[in-house]
Amino acid sequence: MNQKIKQKIAFFILFLSICLVVIPIVLLVIFIGIKGLPAINWEFLTGLPKQGMRAGGIFPAIVGTVYLVIGAVLFSLPIGILSAIYLSEYAKENILTRLIRLAIINLSGVPSIVYGLFGLAFFVIFFNFGTSVLSGSLTLGIMILPIIITATQESLKSVPYAFREVSLSLGATKWQTIKNIVLPNALPGILTGTILGIARAAGETAPILFTVAAFYLPHLPKSIFDQVMALPYHLYVISTQIPGVPDRMRYGTALVLLVMVLSINLIAIILRYQLRKKKRW
Amino acid sequence: MKKLREFIIEKTIFLSGIASILFVLLIFLFLLLNGLSLFKTVNFKDFLLGENWSPVCEPPSFGILPLILGSLFVTLTAAIISIPIGIGSAIYIAEVAPLKIKEFLKAMVETLAAIPSIVLGFIGMVTLVPWIKRIFNLPTGLTALSGAILLSFMALPTIISITEDALYAVPKAYKEAAFAIGATHWQAIHRVILPAAYPGIFAAVMLGMGRVIGETMAVMMVTGNAPLIPKSLLVPVRTLTATIAAEMGETVAGSEHYFSLFAIGIILFIISFIINITAEFFLHRE
Amino acid sequence: MVEKKVEVKNLNVWFGQTHSLKDINLDIYDNEVLTIIGPANSGKTTFLRMLNRLNELQENFRFSGEIIFDHKNFFDFSVQELRKKIGMVFALPVPLPLTVFDNVAYGPKLHGIRDRGKLKEIVERSLRLAYLWEEVKDRLNASAFLLSGGQQQRLCIARTLACEPEIILFDEPCSGLDPVSTAKIEEAMQELKKDYTLVLVTNNVKQAARVGDRTAFFLSGELIEIERTDRLFTAPKDNRTEGYISGRFG
Repeated sequence: MNQKIKQKIAFFILFLSICLVVIPIVLLVIFIGIKGLPAINWEFLTGLPKQGMRAGGIFPAIVGTVYLVIGAVLFSLPIGILSAIYLSEYAKENILTRLIRLAIINLSGVPSIVYGLFGLAFFVIFFNFGTSVLSGSLTLGIMILPIIITATQESLKSVPYAFREVSLSLGATKWQTIKNIVLPNALPGILTGTILGIARAAGETAPILFTVAAFYLPHLPKSIFDQVMALPYHLYVISTQIPGVPDRMRYGTALVLLVMVLSINLIAIILRYQLRKKKRW
Repeated sequence: MKKLREFIIEKTIFLSGIASILFVLLIFLFLLLNGLSLFKTVNFKDFLLGENWSPVCEPPSFGILPLILGSLFVTLTAAIISIPIGIGSAIYIAEVAPLKIKEFLKAMVETLAAIPSIVLGFIGMVTLVPWIKRIFNLPTGLTALSGAILLSFMALPTIISITEDALYAVPKAYKEAAFAIGATHWQAIHRVILPAAYPGIFAAVMLGMGRVIGETMAVMMVTGNAPLIPKSLLVPVRTLTATIAAEMGETVAGSEHYFSLFAIGIILFIISFIINITAEFFLHRE
Repeated sequence: MVEKKVEVKNLNVWFGQTHSLKDINLDIYDNEVLTIIGPANSGKTTFLRMLNRLNELQENFRFSGEIIFDHKNFFDFSVQELRKKIGMVFALPVPLPLTVFDNVAYGPKLHGIRDRGKLKEIVERSLRLAYLWEEVKDRLNASAFLLSGGQQQRLCIARTLACEPEIILFDEPCSGLDPVSTAKIEEAMQELKKDYTLVLVTNNVKQAARVGDRTAFFLSGELIEIERTDRLFTAPKDNRTEGYISGRFG
């Protein structure tokens, strides 16, 4: 009996701790929703900022973020997928492979601000790309590389080994086997990983601080060597750097960023769920 | 022809495979190239243990002890808050929650992981900071405590999901054996499952703390950024990361100040390296 | 005079420290059915995988000895060419995650046949040879996973046949199947031996007696005896062979 009461108390404490996690999240989303929704209208989403960002819209910031994300994915997707293919299909168990794994773990742990420093020193100054969409995209691309590699590797691993053996036994080369059998079946998993990478890239601020982000730039970029505004940085600027920005606009910007990132994540979650249901082997 | 194509493809794949190593080396190299330049003019000991960070004064002073202590203060406090809540939540999700609720809770944790740090920072700034100010009756709510609370929140998804994995990895037979000798579910959890999952949980905590030390934007928005050695939790502090983010924009490339921020970057890189290697060691011990 | 299709000379295989095949010497004749019997871990599957060069996918694989195929050194052929000429059917049916049609057309496509009409012809012929055509001709575009276990295994045979091999290796092809499916596959084999050389690894002694022209008995990585099937089963020379076929061990 005593043990049963102990268990009840223990489980209640566990329940409280999960409440401490979940309730603030729900409140936060609702809070931003309620406060930000009044700001959302056509002009806010598609207009240029006015009066030193105290009025007008956030269109350039949305576009900037989209450009950055596209650039980052274009850079990291091919490298990430090929890298995962190397690790799961070609690599032998040796020191080099272990070093690669170590490097991936390390890349995923490097603080985002350190990526910012690296992007500044390497892309902006060393390669002389300047503060530009190019520098920012490459920096973000390296940052999301471990996400894409890990996800791809996992989905490659989930393709049964027997398929590879059968394909080879019919006279396929290794690459033909990968291209015809392994990759098509790993695709949904790769897509999920890529989407999560996109969400991460869209929400990060620190890596773009010194590599791309423009404080105030009320027009759209013309080339990859231009600076852009970006949503996360814009939120930072209007909430800490500029006095007198109406609250409505701050919450509105936060809401747009939050909805963007969370809906990208939601797509990934749904995709993964569908994938689990559909598995045929 | 077929052979040549296969050869080219394999080489491309190999080069991509080692790209991660290349990037890690490049990051470290470029941090070193810039950061080490500081030590031509500044003594390393004065940098690491100097109590005064005033890079734009005449003469400038580059002591990062206040920043290290700031980071440490915020991180340790965040750890004290997030470790019990995180581990408790993970146990609840993995062992106690009914299946339907479990899926919902996992989705919530994933949502929290996805919220951009700048949004959390913003929310902290407009809610947490005024609350702290009012509750403790302070001149400002921008304090180490505000940062710690916010950061503990950001460490939670990492701690929860990795602890959960560690709990799942405990062989079912252990739990069944505990039930077989008449243990309650809770006894099975804290006598059998938790001890068996200990290395994984330790790794979870390490990685959670790694996340906290490296976090930049949120912490910068709520801690007040005063580069002073903190005497309590209720004063403004400045972390290593926030220093880089706040000051890089004002520096001239190639100046002492510029180099000093890279030197801080080296320290952060090394800390994250050690944390990740240790966590990895505990995660994959066999 | 029967032609020697394959000559295996002093073949040794190791996986790490394990010596899996020891000094194997045997010939495979043109258009015969050679069955290989033996208890688990006797090396019979390793021997079969040697002929399709699948063993080398494992990192710790080493071998010594010589194999002659069509009077030429086995290893002078490219791996892909060799695997096309010596096809393999695995123990468990493994359809590729493609349609029925694409499963069978997979090999010919790899070997450069692009023409749709030609592919259709090959697919139909292969499916007929595997006694599967009548059952699947209306669902060629369905996923291969929708077929029953026995149908899947015959699909795998058709897939191997579509590569137009000279030798077909069967690795316990009926081990996961019910008696009716097994009978159908044996029927297909009887038909196939008119045009192909078959090597059948089986742990079903009765199946070996039913199908094999000659039978080899492997034990602990050694070839104990190889003989015409009727003779091996009626008058085995080695008493280990006798012990195995009469069911005393294995």
